[in-house]
Amino acid sequence: MLAYFLKRLVMAVPVLFGLTIIVFLIMAMIPGDPATAILGAYATPENVARINEQLGLDRSLPEQYFIWLGNMLQGDFGRSYSLNRPVIDEVLERFNATLILAGASLVLCTVFGLLAGIVSAVRQFGWTDRIVTFFVLIGISMPSFWLGLLLILVFAVNLRWLPPSGMYAIYGGGGPLDLLTHLALPAFTLSVVATGVVARLTRAAMLEVLRQDYIRTARAKGLSERRVIYRHAFKAALVSVIPIIGIQAGFVLGGAVYIETVFQWPGIGRMLVQAISTRDLLLVQGGVLVVAASYVLFNLMADMAQHALDPRLKT
Amino acid sequence: MTAASETVSPEKPARGGGRPSFLALLVANRLAAFGLAVLTLIALAVLLTPFLPLQPPDITNPANRLLRPFTEGHLLGTDQLGRDLLSRLMWGARVSIAVGLSATLVAALIGSMIGLVAGYAGGRTDNIMMRGIDMLMAFPYILLALAIVAVLGPGLMNALYAIAVVNIPFFARNIRGVALGLSRREFVDAARLSGKGHLRILLTEVLPNVLPVIVITMSTTVGWMILETAGLSFLGLGAQPPQADLGSMLGEGRKLLFTAPHVSVIPGLMIFALVMSINLVGDGIRDVLDPRLKSGALSRPAAATAVKRETTPAMPETPSDAALDVRDLKTEFHVGSDVYKAVGGVSFQLRKRECLGLVGESGSGKSVTAMSLLGLVPTPPGRISGGRVLYKGRDLLESSEAELRRLRGGAFAYVFQDPLSTLHPLFTVGDQVTEAIRAHQPLGYREAWKKAVELLETVRIPNAAERANSYPHELSGGMRQRVSIAMALANDAEILVADEPTTALDVTVQAQILKLMDALQDDKGAALLFITHDFGVVSEICDRVAVMYAGRIVETGPTEEVLSSPAHPYTRKLIDCVPVLGEPDRRLDAISGIPPVVNRLPEGCAFAARCPYAEPACQNGDIGLEDLGPGRAVRCIKPLAAATPEAAT
Repeated sequence: MLAYFLKRLVMAVPVLFGLTIIVFLIMAMIPGDPATAILGAYATPENVARINEQLGLDRSLPEQYFIWLGNMLQGDFGRSYSLNRPVIDEVLERFNATLILAGASLVLCTVFGLLAGIVSAVRQFGWTDRIVTFFVLIGISMPSFWLGLLLILVFAVNLRWLPPSGMYAIYGGGGPLDLLTHLALPAFTLSVVATGVVARLTRAAMLEVLRQDYIRTARAKGLSERRVIYRHAFKAALVSVIPIIGIQAGFVLGGAVYIETVFQWPGIGRMLVQAISTRDLLLVQGGVLVVAASYVLFNLMADMAQHALDPRLKT
Repeated sequence: MTAASETVSPEKPARGGGRPSFLALLVANRLAAFGLAVLTLIALAVLLTPFLPLQPPDITNPANRLLRPFTEGHLLGTDQLGRDLLSRLMWGARVSIAVGLSATLVAALIGSMIGLVAGYAGGRTDNIMMRGIDMLMAFPYILLALAIVAVLGPGLMNALYAIAVVNIPFFARNIRGVALGLSRREFVDAARLSGKGHLRILLTEVLPNVLPVIVITMSTTVGWMILETAGLSFLGLGAQPPQADLGSMLGEGRKLLFTAPHVSVIPGLMIFALVMSINLVGDGIRDVLDPRLKSGALSRPAAATAVKRETTPAMPETPSDAALDVRDLKTEFHVGSDVYKAVGGVSFQLRKRECLGLVGESGSGKSVTAMSLLGLVPTPPGRISGGRVLYKGRDLLESSEAELRRLRGGAFAYVFQDPLSTLHPLFTVGDQVTEAIRAHQPLGYREAWKKAVELLETVRIPNAAERANSYPHELSGGMRQRVSIAMALANDAEILVADEPTTALDVTVQAQILKLMDALQDDKGAALLFITHDFGVVSEICDRVAVMYAGRIVETGPTEEVLSSPAHPYTRKLIDCVPVLGEPDRRLDAISGIPPVVNRLPEGCAFAARCPYAEPACQNGDIGLEDLGPGRAVRCIKPLAAATPEAAT
């Protein structure tokens, strides 16, 4: 298992390289002169030349890439001019908050998605199935940023059950309970689409598995229906649903951009939106790289889980 | 068409000939039809917006700011600058839809091109292009779009490009897969040989065939793209004032959430309606164009076959001493309005300690008969529609699910055909045998495991203790079948049902498994119902044989007698199919023709159409099973004489 993990970790390295190349190329796409863009009103010819030299923009593109990558590998992501602090510090600090939000949503979508999918498959064409299918349909078409606003209106403004925004109460906040009440709405909102996708695919996977010959064997052995469904069918279905959950990590990490904005969650998504509006490109670059890299790790974890569950993959 | 086949499906609607049109199929799907209706409504409204008597969307009027919906003159109220919300909603929807569609077209164009070239070229080109696409997909979906917007600067066009780029991989991957398959096909080779250039082949031969995939991918991504462009505008990165789309309206309205929620709720509702209707139509299009992917088309089999008996033979006065007494069993499959009578009245007795062979071609109903005994036929579509299955004086068709469960794997054990698909791939074989034991015996896991290993030894698996920890895919076909047999023996079954247990195996392994089953049956004193299509196998192991054709038994008798002097022409043909060592001149005629489809059974003898001796009388009325002396019977009006030497024609 450890050997396999290390092998997969090594295989993830080219992907991480690919990510840096794409981010680098996107950043190189800046229309016009980057030095002018950075300097704005201070773009005198001397300043532009100085910045170009400072940033190494007078060198060739591959050369620039390797210098850039070298800096990055040493943890030097540059300095955010809008916040006047190292990008890496800001990004890592913000990343914590995003990880809490995305992690909670991922747990929610896994638990509820699997449950809804199983129940829906077991009661196929029954009322439960119809209700689940209906909610799945609504869930996957729901603009999450709008749902967030509606939930704030209902639960924070009208019912006053939960706080409308932030991660901790401003006065006397802190502690896990405070975090949990602040986390409930954004985590739920962020999980809705992913839950729908997981439920839909779990249902399909269960229905597929329940028709397999080995399920007939399980029944022919005289096992209880519960055991047939929750042990034999569910395990087989889970193997094909796990990669889907891995993909949901990407949707949740990306969707955090909206949810953090709506709920003013101090995470990396909100930071990115602010950085874009202040044209703080180094901050954008650092944030995108860190989130993308974490997505690669999430997928790696899904891969490991699938591997642990399916002996046929051990070769 | 005969009268019989018409009565089988009386309520089948007469179709107007030809396939139903694409639109008719789409509308037949209720959800898709609903989606289509909503979408058409929105599309019409949006197209007609310039001609509708709406107020101008950009005229501010501070006196009328933040009017509630249903205010006179402003059906949906006004926003913070006093602009009419209904008008802004329509104009905003126009922008959102235009941008979403454009992004879809751009993504489809570029993605399809990449996919076509990569799939057609194959090899290194394919490899490099797809690596690039994989890299794009390694980003969390919206993050890449954000990075692009960050560089290009906020704005509607830039948001459009960003969303298009993010969606290119979906098109490239889907289309590449199909193009790759197509480029290996004969008609593409033919085009190449005829000297057509690559570009022409791509455009005239490959592209038309991938078009459905492009359409499916477009219809399933366009909703997302509208949603995501609205999202970017919501964040203030898309449409910039005074230009407005649904997303930016929502984004601006958000600041007034507490005082005037309608300003943000209304545009959000519009996005939701738009995306949902598009998704519904998209699902519908996918189902029509590619029915294999249809969600929910598979139905889940219930724990036991449904029993809805139309005919129930009387209970016998004195229970027979047979281990199993099957009387007039009927099992049907209901598919749409068609009824397939897979088993059409089968009766047989399985005596204690004997081996009865149930023989027939595939589709003759022999497996369905075996599975009907304990309700293992999947419902839907299966249904037992008549008969009795008597075991120890009880009718199993009247048993509850719990009673059936006690018998399954207990007194009745099954061995199925292909042990690779019938063993669970994710559990060790030891675990699966252990589970079979524990389903019927109150043993702890360790004790049961020990017993499982003993069972694996009984079926002569070498190093059983070690092999018990193997997964099915790690064993050979013969070893896997031994595991299945061990599982069937777990609870000292009185009746073993073996459904083609040797068919999926090599010939040498077949012989070993047969010998093993024969020995075990003698040893344990169980009755064996052995299902096969192979008379060679029957002669090795069975005491008696029953031949099935089109869901009914056509001949039965002791094995040697049936083999040496078959009475039914069908039996003779089946026997003639078995090659015999040392008789190279023997003709291995496949039986000409195919078995009748069991939803349109002809009247009279079902074999008449393929029978060399058929005469008009064979196609009249119901032909009964006639006695031919002790233990022998045949369903034929002119059974073959015992000593007719010329048989096959």
